Amino acid sequence: MTAETATKELGAARLAGADARRGGAGRDALIEFAGVSLAFAGKTVLDKIDLSIAKGEIVCIVGPSGCGKTTALRLASGLLAPSAGAIAFNGAPLQGPRRDVAIVFQDYGKALLPWRTAAGNVSLALEAAGTPRKARPQRIGALLAKVGLPNHADKYPSQMSGGMQQRLQIARCLAQEPIALMMDEPFGALDAMTRQELQDELLDIAAASGATIFFVTHDLEEAIYLGDRVIGLLPHPGRVGIELKIDLPRPRDQVATREAAQFLRLRRELYDFIKSAER
Amino acid sequence: MKVDARAFALPLALIVMAEIGARAHGPSDSLAPPSAIAAAFLEALSDGSLLIATRDTLASAFAGLLVGGAIGLSLGVALGAVPALNRALEAAIELTRPIPSVALVPIALVALGFGYRLEIAIVAYACVWPLLLLTRAAVAGVEPRLIEVARALRLNPLARVVKIVVPAALPRIFVAFRLAAGVALIVAVTVEIAVNPIGLGAGIMTAGQALRPELMLAYLVWIGLVGFALNALLVLAQQRLFGRAAQVAEAP
Repeated sequence: MTAETATKELGAARLAGADARRGGAGRDALIEFAGVSLAFAGKTVLDKIDLSIAKGEIVCIVGPSGCGKTTALRLASGLLAPSAGAIAFNGAPLQGPRRDVAIVFQDYGKALLPWRTAAGNVSLALEAAGTPRKARPQRIGALLAKVGLPNHADKYPSQMSGGMQQRLQIARCLAQEPIALMMDEPFGALDAMTRQELQDELLDIAAASGATIFFVTHDLEEAIYLGDRVIGLLPHPGRVGIELKIDLPRPRDQVATREAAQFLRLRRELYDFIKSAER
Repeated sequence: MKVDARAFALPLALIVMAEIGARAHGPSDSLAPPSAIAAAFLEALSDGSLLIATRDTLASAFAGLLVGGAIGLSLGVALGAVPALNRALEAAIELTRPIPSVALVPIALVALGFGYRLEIAIVAYACVWPLLLLTRAAVAGVEPRLIEVARALRLNPLARVVKIVVPAALPRIFVAFRLAAGVALIVAVTVEIAVNPIGLGAGIMTAGQALRPELMLAYLVWIGLVGFALNALLVLAQQRLFGRAAQVAEAP
């Protein structure tokens, strides 16, 4: 399928009402982009994006470099404001970053406070939320245990591996008790084994908490493996090119899911899209 | 700080040579043999004049360092964090900064008279700059991702400064403080030599005017030792306080 036909298909779907296409039809939208554009210094980065993410949905964004997927995430998390169009969160206009929306940055090494221990880094989110001092240690312990770092509370980020640092950043984000997680290529810099472990732990967390997840990645298989829906962006200017509903059964399995015929078909479709988009 | 024992060989040899040379040369108004310098040092130490002078110089230097350092630090944080403020004050700062601190002595003397206040004011002026410039750079250079984390967590402005900006900039601010401490001592002694009749600088001047080169040189050696000890103390404090943070800041 070419990008053009994909766009047309999507346009038709949009007319029919994008909500109806998803597995969670009838669920309320948590995040809604309506004709969102962003221009930087006269250059259009994102052009008239329409996007609706349902509560509890896992949406993965893929696309060639320069398609504005990170920009889309920064818009959705309130770090950036659109130049045109509107973004609604839970039905109200998004005014900026929210405490109930946590952002997991790709460069975990830069997003942690090097002068604080693991416990101290998690504590930062609790301090921001005004959690009483006495209640913090127990929360911190539980959060570190949840991400598999129960015995590393007193370590500094510099004493931890990349995977552990990213786990720590996720623990800090979970301390916000988020209803949505914004993840910007969170596992991109990790080795394959660690990445798969963290993917599964993320799915467990999502299943347990019901959090909505907006996940940017350049790894097509990761997008299909994690997502309820995968959205492919086209570059110059960034716009929605393809939207794939992922019907793979949950819980997903690193071996069985990736071997499923449907997984391979989706992977092929997404791969063809990226190749045509890069051309 | 470990120093190889062999590093002392050259200074010791020079001292011995100075002793021989000075004795061969005979009496002088500007030089004295090391043995005479040591004797003058012990004399000044035992009659208390050296300690009083040291107290006066260090008290003025520290007071000036605290006043000027506090002004420089707060201005530096504000200017580093608020680019608009920095642009507004940039010209004023660049025009004021080149004025040598000692050039303010005549004005300060008229305004404040002799004494501690004069010296503290001049030292404070000199100490504002290293802290202002380095703090401003350190604050402006805080990892942008950390500022985003602060935004994402919706930390209030005060918490942002206290929990993110200052700790991130602290290792570099402490380096600025160390530089300023050295500047404070130099400027304090300079002001004493120029006009102020207190402290180690005045001690040197008095000894020189009394044609006592051995006492003058004893003061000189002592000032060197005080400066060395001050810096060593601050380096030690820096390593103890920021050992980890400094390592991390330099890691890729």
